[in-house]
Amino acid sequence: MIHFNKFTLGNGLRVIVHEDHTTPMAVLNVLYDVGARDEDPARTGFAHLFEHLMFGGSVNIPDYDEPLQMAGGENNAFTTNDLTNYYIQLPAENIETAFWLESDRMLSLAFDEKSLDVQRKVVSEEFKEHYINKPYGDVWHKMRELAYSSHPYRWMTIGKELSHIENASLEDVKAFFFKYYRPVNAILVVGGKVTTAQVKVLAEKWFGDIPSGEKYQRQLPQEPPQTAAHKLEVKANVPLDALYKCYHIYKREDPRYYAADLISDILGGGSSSRLHQVLVKEKKLFSNIECYHFGSLDAGLLAIDGKLVKGVKMKDAEKAVQEELSKLQQTVIPERELQKVKNRVESLLAFEDMSLLNRANNLAFYELMGDAALMNTEFTNYEVVTTADIHREANIIFDEKNSNTIYYYADNQI
Amino acid sequence: MNRKIAPAIKDAVEFDVTLKPYEKFTLDNGIPVYVIKSDEQDTLQLEFIFPAGSWYEQESQVAAATNFLIKNGSTKHNALEINESIEYFGAYLNRNSYHENATYTLHCLTRHTEDLLPLLQEVIQDPAFSADELATYQQNMKQRLAVNLQKCDFVANRYIDKYLFGEFHPYGRVSTMMAYDALQPESLRAFYQKHYSYNNCKIFVAGHLPENMIALLNKYFGSTQWNGETTLLRPELPIQTADEKKHRIFNDENGVQGAVRVARHFPNRYHPDFPKMMVLNTILGGYFGSRLMSNIREEKGYTYGIHSQLYNFRQTSALNIQTEAGRDVCEATIEEIYKELQNLQNEPVPEEELSLVRNYMIGSILGDLDGAFQVIQRWKSLILNDLDENYFNNNIRIIKTITAEELQQLAKQYFTPSDFYELVVI
Repeated sequence: MIHFNKFTLGNGLRVIVHEDHTTPMAVLNVLYDVGARDEDPARTGFAHLFEHLMFGGSVNIPDYDEPLQMAGGENNAFTTNDLTNYYIQLPAENIETAFWLESDRMLSLAFDEKSLDVQRKVVSEEFKEHYINKPYGDVWHKMRELAYSSHPYRWMTIGKELSHIENASLEDVKAFFFKYYRPVNAILVVGGKVTTAQVKVLAEKWFGDIPSGEKYQRQLPQEPPQTAAHKLEVKANVPLDALYKCYHIYKREDPRYYAADLISDILGGGSSSRLHQVLVKEKKLFSNIECYHFGSLDAGLLAIDGKLVKGVKMKDAEKAVQEELSKLQQTVIPERELQKVKNRVESLLAFEDMSLLNRANNLAFYELMGDAALMNTEFTNYEVVTTADIHREANIIFDEKNSNTIYYYADNQI
Repeated sequence: MNRKIAPAIKDAVEFDVTLKPYEKFTLDNGIPVYVIKSDEQDTLQLEFIFPAGSWYEQESQVAAATNFLIKNGSTKHNALEINESIEYFGAYLNRNSYHENATYTLHCLTRHTEDLLPLLQEVIQDPAFSADELATYQQNMKQRLAVNLQKCDFVANRYIDKYLFGEFHPYGRVSTMMAYDALQPESLRAFYQKHYSYNNCKIFVAGHLPENMIALLNKYFGSTQWNGETTLLRPELPIQTADEKKHRIFNDENGVQGAVRVARHFPNRYHPDFPKMMVLNTILGGYFGSRLMSNIREEKGYTYGIHSQLYNFRQTSALNIQTEAGRDVCEATIEEIYKELQNLQNEPVPEEELSLVRNYMIGSILGDLDGAFQVIQRWKSLILNDLDENYFNNNIRIIKTITAEELQQLAKQYFTPSDFYELVVI
């Protein structure tokens, strides 16, 4: 049970306090309700580029990192397709430094041309490092385009192409900031060795006078149900053939999401999971095969991703995967197997909650979903899933018409 | 309120950083058990450590393969049955092998401990090393290697260690298709018998322990001389460094980035310069505000990230600067690395920067020591290296008190560019 208090400032900034007096540390986490899904299709990668710019100095503080390091603090941030999250961890005595820094960059950035210039290059190198210069690095770009026709999950957080980032202008940056980075679109979580009374005073002092901004009304094109299987063949300079299959699942807030999550564990969670056991260990068709999903807020994808053992034919490998999916469609799984994946989720949640930083991140995330208190009832959502639910959802999700397949071939022998 | 003025801070050097003491128990057969308790959560971490790393192997990859396959089937149950039983309780049993040691680590909810210990006993004390499991392992590891060999950073890491230590030394030896092919169940079994024996085992436990934890450990791990008593010798091994210092390798003609490595030898953790270098290394490339990051990422935008690190190897260490940079700026990156090394030789670190790094390091250690799992991690690294809290306290003292002059002296001694190996893999 994670305890917290919640209040809202006059400008609409939601504040959550999670007191934990067993640690000498404090965490300050700011989540902005903007991610890659909110980008203009002609300017993708912007939310993430923007995250980099948030470290380039704010209106009253020329350097973000130095004063924080001086206060014994560390920080980082991440951008997903759904949201952007910034966090600081530092000795609790110095918590006010975190308020000072975070509030000033919510007030306004410095909008420095030089910082934009450099971060465009840095992000380009990040793009190359992860998505161009790695074998199979382009596959998720291709998969997203294959699976989504309308929803902005069509592109990755890093962006559709390098040129979008290279062409970003300071005007774009300003407009983005004042549209999304406003108190009314943000959630502040303060955790650790702090008191609610102290946080109330500090939040009011540092964030209270920031203009509220306009609430961003998200209106994204929703993905229509897929009506025919999508397939794509790729040839690239990689050593092994690989098979990728993705199926549309549910929104994060949909109760059926939990059955889909458990299905991915049944197929791919741990060494006793079905795909690993049958396809790697028994039939020896794949050298590794995983099943997972993207955990996105709008309807996401459940993915199966494996490398074929050299010499195995793609159609044989795919047929064997299909057989495993069909088993889930035809036969209700044993109670014990369902209990196993539920137990797995239970301990995963418990281990996640051990870290103060995770607890702060998660409180912000669940508040974004509607209420931080959802964090404490999350496991119940898994507990109520039945073997019949799994059976029903497997039939819906693994419908051939709902499938997106990439056959990724090695074009020469290495 | 003036937003231009920073709030007052407490200097992190004023913080009292202490390592919470462990409790030590000894099982009936002599196995030491080190414990850090914390009852705030219902989770437990239980780690078994053996001197079974690559240092001790006679043939390449035997240590890693042995460590991996111990979990894949006992004489009573096959891999699936074992994994199903462990995973049924929502537990995670991970294994790892390093240069010196090999580990088995269980993470579970406290209430499942009693159910899991007999399974753990079977895994650790009675592995089968079946030929079929080994064959699958060999094939899958070879495929994984084939993919990794296409990555410039993976290839660069192999080469730089080879230049520093030589390909016959465990620190410089790399995995090869041939080494995987040569693995035999018999050699794995022999390595297991010798290295995973009760008298070589140490146990580290952290978190919320069941009340009868020590009795349980005694029941499953303390009552017999499992695998018999074995004696291990650990001779120091000769290092063969490469003669040529500058290397350029083309791994992928179409690569858009190069993996840059600039590295030199450095004494091991027992040398008085080691803790001082921890500070100098942080200034150079050990945190986001480091000299290398500020110049090469934040000023020039050549890379997504650049870091320097001190290896924590036992026999000897090394200082290694690493980055992936745009293909056409790799050489410029190396030039800037040397400039930064020389700046630290020529100019004392300004007081403000030094004070910032002290605060950053202390704050970061304070954060690292938050929680029983983290505290036991620190203790483990001390105990396995025959060190105690004095070593930890001395390091803290050095962070708090080292002077700019001492750091400059250290840079003069160790940062001469011609002493470094350099490598670019595109």
